[in-house]
Amino acid sequence: MDKKIYERPILRKVVEGIPNKFGSLKRLRPIESIDNVLIDNLIDQYGSPVFVLSEKTIRETYRTAYRAFSTRYPKVQFAWSYKTNYIDAVCRVFHQEGAWAEVVSGFEYEKALDNNIPGNKIIFNGPDKSEEDLARAINNKSLIHIDHFDELYAIIEMLDELKERPQVAIRVNMDTGIVPQWDRFGFNYESGEAWNAINRILTNGNIDLIGLHIHVGTYITLSKAYATAIQKLAVLATRIFERFQISIGYIDVGGGFASQNTLQGAYLPATDTTPSFDDYAHTITTAMTSASFPNNETPTLILETGRALIDDAGWLAGTVLANKRLADGHRAMVIDTGVNILFTAFWYDHEIYPVHETSFQSEPTTIYGPLCMNIDIIRKNIDFPLLNKGDRFVIKRVGAYTMTQWMQFITYRPNIVLIDEKGKTHVIRKQEDKEVFRRQEMIPEHLKVN
Amino acid sequence: MSKLNSLAISDNGFIFKPATGESFTTNEMGLFIINLLKEGKSGDEIINAITEDFEIDNVTAGRDLYEFLDFLKRENMTD
Ligand SMILES: Cc1ncc(COP(=O)(O)O)c(C=O)c1O
Repeated sequence: MDKKIYERPILRKVVEGIPNKFGSLKRLRPIESIDNVLIDNLIDQYGSPVFVLSEKTIRETYRTAYRAFSTRYPKVQFAWSYKTNYIDAVCRVFHQEGAWAEVVSGFEYEKALDNNIPGNKIIFNGPDKSEEDLARAINNKSLIHIDHFDELYAIIEMLDELKERPQVAIRVNMDTGIVPQWDRFGFNYESGEAWNAINRILTNGNIDLIGLHIHVGTYITLSKAYATAIQKLAVLATRIFERFQISIGYIDVGGGFASQNTLQGAYLPATDTTPSFDDYAHTITTAMTSASFPNNETPTLILETGRALIDDAGWLAGTVLANKRLADGHRAMVIDTGVNILFTAFWYDHEIYPVHETSFQSEPTTIYGPLCMNIDIIRKNIDFPLLNKGDRFVIKRVGAYTMTQWMQFITYRPNIVLIDEKGKTHVIRKQEDKEVFRRQEMIPEHLKVN
Repeated sequence: MSKLNSLAISDNGFIFKPATGESFTTNEMGLFIINLLKEGKSGDEIINAITEDFEIDNVTAGRDLYEFLDFLKRENMTD
């Protein structure tokens, strides 16, 4: 006679208030595949954990965003924010879709060149541009977004040696109602600093001021902040025209659109609260159209959207290492992905799913990574089905800032795999191995003998 | 196992504890174990009964059983 299927015994206290105002507790549906590729196969082939990117989702997301703006405003240009995810294959998908490159360091600038982006389609942002970086970018006719007076003076000092006239914009910071105000970047609007910088640039005569730039902040759910910013930049543009008879070619509103990941402590899930691309586009393009730019001109609208374009396309699949009871009776689950490769777990409540059907029962569980550190918490106290050692899980929406801000710690960073639109898989960043690190280290002669 | 006998346990795994008014849910395996406990069976006897009826090895069954027993104890359902 066949034995019955075993399921671990569980006992769970029924907590008051369930079903609560969000409805009754639902069974967590497993996610077995990404773009029809089985997650089991991905792990078997590429190891655990593994980052997976969907080319289809990247392209669809980009097209949705582009459509939202281009159907409402005549001149729209996206520039891919490299820091959000600068894996070359990812950048190239965005570039194929028509995005320029937005970079904030010499390293990112070189990546953009290696990805065959012409200099005049690279926006160079940030406070850290060396003189060599600046000279190269100016000679390539890249768009230099000046962050501070020291940078402006550095450019003025090198003018004689340059082959091209610098094409610059200034980054402006201002009160848009967003707290905290990102006033450490760029020139302040309200204090008159921005106007001051503009005067220095335009009285010089050898520098072309072609745009105005702002980056309000990140994960901005208040689209009105962009409208406020555009109104103030339009005032600057008007003053520039009145004083210098120069029209600004573009308004760059930076990045900052929220993704569908829920911030920790948020009352409602982000899927209910995050504005859509259409919402942002409506507010921003309405502000662009109703702002009175001088001479009735229509500046190009540049967007440096990062997070909202890539978060959904990224997945992190892995394996359960152990289950434990903590001293207070709480269930703990240890998985093979720590905060070193999922940095975003510090501020997001990442959605995590089992890969296979589980028992109906779930229990409040804290999910820990494998690092030997207290801070290594992937999810705190979520209702989660009881997975066993060796079972697999997948974490949703991990495309933004993970693959650039990850840290190597006690083990190697994993493979990153791209699923192309035909369902074929490609390693786009190899798992590290001992040699990667050995190559970087040098042993002084006197330490070579034991 | 007098404390266990004071609980109201339904066939579908719903447990009511009159002493505190708390409710609990358990699954088929939990019910199976509770019934054996009520019969006064020892841990080893229960493990044997589990491995006889279900597709599971001794070690896993034992580990899960003792965890379950801990929980019962913590919730003051056993002595
Ligand atoms: C200048 C600039 N542009 C664009 C971005 C991308 O922002 P997000 O990912 O919030 O869209 C950032 C991120 O901090 C930034 O600093």
